[in-house]
Amino acid sequence: MTLKLRLAHLYPKLMNIYGDRGNILCLERRCRERGIAFELTELGLGEKLKPKDYDLVFIGGAQDREQRRVAEDLAKVKGKAIREAAAKGVVILAVCGGYQLLGRHYRIAEGEELPGVGVFGLWTEHPGPGAKRFIGNVVVEWAGGTLVGFENHGGRTHLDAGVEPLGRVVAGFGNNGDDGGEGAVCGNAYGTYLHGSLLPKNPRFADHLIETALRRRYKYLEMAPLDDRVEEMAHAAAVRLATRRGIISV
Amino acid sequence: MRRIAAIAAAKAAAALSQRLKVGGGTALPGLLAERIDPDIVPEMARRLGQGSIIVTGTNGKTTTARLLRGIVRAAGLGVVANRAGSNLMRGIAAALAEAARLDGGFAGAKRRLGVFEVDEATVPEAARALKPRLVLFTNLFRDQLDRYGEVEHVAALWRDAVRQLDRSATVVLNADDPSIAGLAQVSPGPVLFYGVEDTSRGSGGLEHAADARWCPSCGSELAYSTVFYGHLGHWSCPTHCRVARPSASVVATRVELDAEGTSLAIALPGGEISAPLPLTGLYNAYNALAAVAAASALGFGTGAIARGLGSFTAAFGRQERMNVGGRRVQVILAKNPAGLNEVLRTITAGGADVDVALFLNDDIADGRDVSWIWDVDFDLLAGKARSLTVSGNRAWDMALRLKYAGLDSLSQVEEDAAAALRRALRATPEDGQLYVIPTYTAMLQVRELLARWARRPAFWEAEK
Repeated sequence: MTLKLRLAHLYPKLMNIYGDRGNILCLERRCRERGIAFELTELGLGEKLKPKDYDLVFIGGAQDREQRRVAEDLAKVKGKAIREAAAKGVVILAVCGGYQLLGRHYRIAEGEELPGVGVFGLWTEHPGPGAKRFIGNVVVEWAGGTLVGFENHGGRTHLDAGVEPLGRVVAGFGNNGDDGGEGAVCGNAYGTYLHGSLLPKNPRFADHLIETALRRRYKYLEMAPLDDRVEEMAHAAAVRLATRRGIISV
Repeated sequence: MRRIAAIAAAKAAAALSQRLKVGGGTALPGLLAERIDPDIVPEMARRLGQGSIIVTGTNGKTTTARLLRGIVRAAGLGVVANRAGSNLMRGIAAALAEAARLDGGFAGAKRRLGVFEVDEATVPEAARALKPRLVLFTNLFRDQLDRYGEVEHVAALWRDAVRQLDRSATVVLNADDPSIAGLAQVSPGPVLFYGVEDTSRGSGGLEHAADARWCPSCGSELAYSTVFYGHLGHWSCPTHCRVARPSASVVATRVELDAEGTSLAIALPGGEISAPLPLTGLYNAYNALAAVAAASALGFGTGAIARGLGSFTAAFGRQERMNVGGRRVQVILAKNPAGLNEVLRTITAGGADVDVALFLNDDIADGRDVSWIWDVDFDLLAGKARSLTVSGNRAWDMALRLKYAGLDSLSQVEEDAAAALRRALRATPEDGQLYVIPTYTAMLQVRELLARWARRPAFWEAEK
């Protein structure tokens, strides 16, 4: 039987700012190399999401102006379906702006409150246009090793009591620059500020997502190892650069 | 007194840093001059008899400003200009102090025109200080999000700056870029548009790196009848708002590109000119068009414009050509997806067997976030590249990106810049052409090595 990963990419034209394309290319490549079929569906404004049609849902980052339009669409068109998908155990990966919008709410720099989907028990607030942005290389200690990436966000994210961060910050700012947490995990939903792109340089995390997504539908699943030498070199170089320079904010 | 001290200090610092070969000698002199006399820029700019011009935008500032300076000189005027890349306030201050006499005046002040390339985020401050008679906007792409924040933030800064311009100031805008064209709405003074009309140069669809695909007025997705590169093209809003690319008065009616250069026919209110340029790529056709549009707005005749374009030689690191160890080496700065896509398209247009060296650094001047390489269409090199050398402190990020473009068996990582250049030169056949594509700080490094090797033939081989 041919296995198939069905990926829904939400708002690819609006939420695509920090090389989010790399995440899609990575999922596709790591499936195809293992003979797993890969089916990509792009869902833009106004298009409905059917929770049972997908194994993995990805939403990337955007600028505030785009985020406002997406928040509106999430409230009117897709939010309920995303909550249903999360409840069914569909894997969700939300990066940066997408992560913020899948929390309970996001108060943007101008004070306006954008409603969130509520997949993650957290809320985000931007302290105002003059506030320092959290910008720089990040290294996070995660259950499966280290994660490397780049963060660039004005919003500070605060997790509800009992919600687990994705990892602990080794270098960088993370959710709020304060509590040492980065990202969030709620069931099979993963949120993070890391881009760069996230998945190509973190192949183990990419495989974890693919495996978790497919386990729901396939009992017998073997994740054959891939030649990750270039990936590991890029990962190691990123760890080195981030920890040697420490936290630099521009 | 203060002014004299500021000018003297800047001149002394410039002389010293050049003697010691510390950088290009513009940051420190400019900082000193501004520290001693905070009003140095507005006060000195006031003494330029022909006023000042600001050239800004994501891509093309340096080349466009350089083209424009050539035209200004051909028109018989004197120029005061900042050096390539020194485009913050201190770079402008340094340029003014360097050009001034110690008493604060300029020799031949009546015929002097300031032509300043200005960093995107510095436009409001530079416009307040210089009170320019013309501001030229080239384009707005996503670039160094870590430094400027979001593209929308830069657009908002520009709108505020344009709104506050003097009523006599002309704004010269790229009609093909929706977010630039939209600045016309807030300009208190005259507006001149330029654009490409030769639709044979375009394609039907937007590439992945496209940014401003949303209507500047209502936010709907724009429709394009032709896309030239990035989000530049013939656009219109399909909804009720009916905003569309404005008609331009300075237009490229014919654009012919090859690996050696560009041939342009430009129609402008005063007639028509055709210009051969030693620059490749559609983005350079836009730079030339922008310079011609600004020159036309300043009232220069077609004769001076054609002569000025003809006098052009490439700017520092912008398609500069060198001869190193029997190979022709061309250095092309690349710093964002739209720019690099166009570079790749240009160097692969001539066919196969292309030798390339890519240098990716992540210092502040490069942009510390290298995510942008994932938005570049490196697939363009597949089947075209013969050798591919990868270097810079983010070499492995680039190598991984190239793996995703199916180029992993070809690309070779050499983190050390000198070792990488040597490898790339060896991989290039004698009399062949090597394209070196660095980010900004890598360009400084690469250029110094190449210049040294060019003076001493085969030096790079001796160091093996």
